[in-house]
Amino acid sequence: MCNQTVSLISAEFEKKGITTVVIQLLREAAVAVRPPRALWVPFRHGYPLNEPDQSLKQKRVIREALSLLELKDVNPPVLREYSHSADS
Amino acid sequence: MGELKEFKLAVRLFLKAYRWRRIDPVPWTPLKRAVKHSRISLVSSAGFVPPDQPVFDESKKGGDSSFRWIPDSIKVKSLIQTHRSEAFDHKGGEQDPNLVFPIDRIREMHEAGEIGEVNHRHLSFMGSITAPGPLISQTAPEAADLLIEDGVEIALLVPV
Repeated sequence: MCNQTVSLISAEFEKKGITTVVIQLLREAAVAVRPPRALWVPFRHGYPLNEPDQSLKQKRVIREALSLLELKDVNPPVLREYSHSADS
Repeated sequence: MGELKEFKLAVRLFLKAYRWRRIDPVPWTPLKRAVKHSRISLVSSAGFVPPDQPVFDESKKGGDSSFRWIPDSIKVKSLIQTHRSEAFDHKGGEQDPNLVFPIDRIREMHEAGEIGEVNHRHLSFMGSITAPGPLISQTAPEAADLLIEDGVEIALLVPV
């Protein structure tokens, strides 16, 4: 349910004027719930930023998520797949 | 990979039957200025609480929609994970809370010039909310109002 929870929070934040991006672990949930901006990552539940104690890998996920904030000329909702598949 | 098949049968059956809450229309706030100039706050649904705050109420029907403030100055290792869900592996987050609540990573990216400012507080929710009405109507908008008072412009939300 965590995927839905953060997506619903993001929608309320967007309504109030905060620009958001959510990480999503379950593609089915992201497609069904439709958060404004989402990065779907290929990691199992409990590991949204890839691996523990791997700061470079964690920052790679964060960096890619934050890059969605700067997309222009897109039609919401935006759902992108994490591009560093070699990390998974 | 985050897939339905990684869950136990009871969870899979529940999720198969569950009616996801569809966001429609999709709200949209364009970025006002570049991330490297914006103020960020983190939101985690891992159920972390600081040692001096009450734990989430797992007995609440439909889920506990309340939130806890996490000071940016906190040592992430001091956070207590109160999420009791058996639907995911807790070991990674217990070993390294940054895996699910990346406060240290955000600070490092700010110091590297990738993020403008880090807000003085972040938000922790309990993700196991099956009946999200109170979250949508009350607690999430309240949290947003307070973050706006802080001058927060962008938020990264991380599930577990």
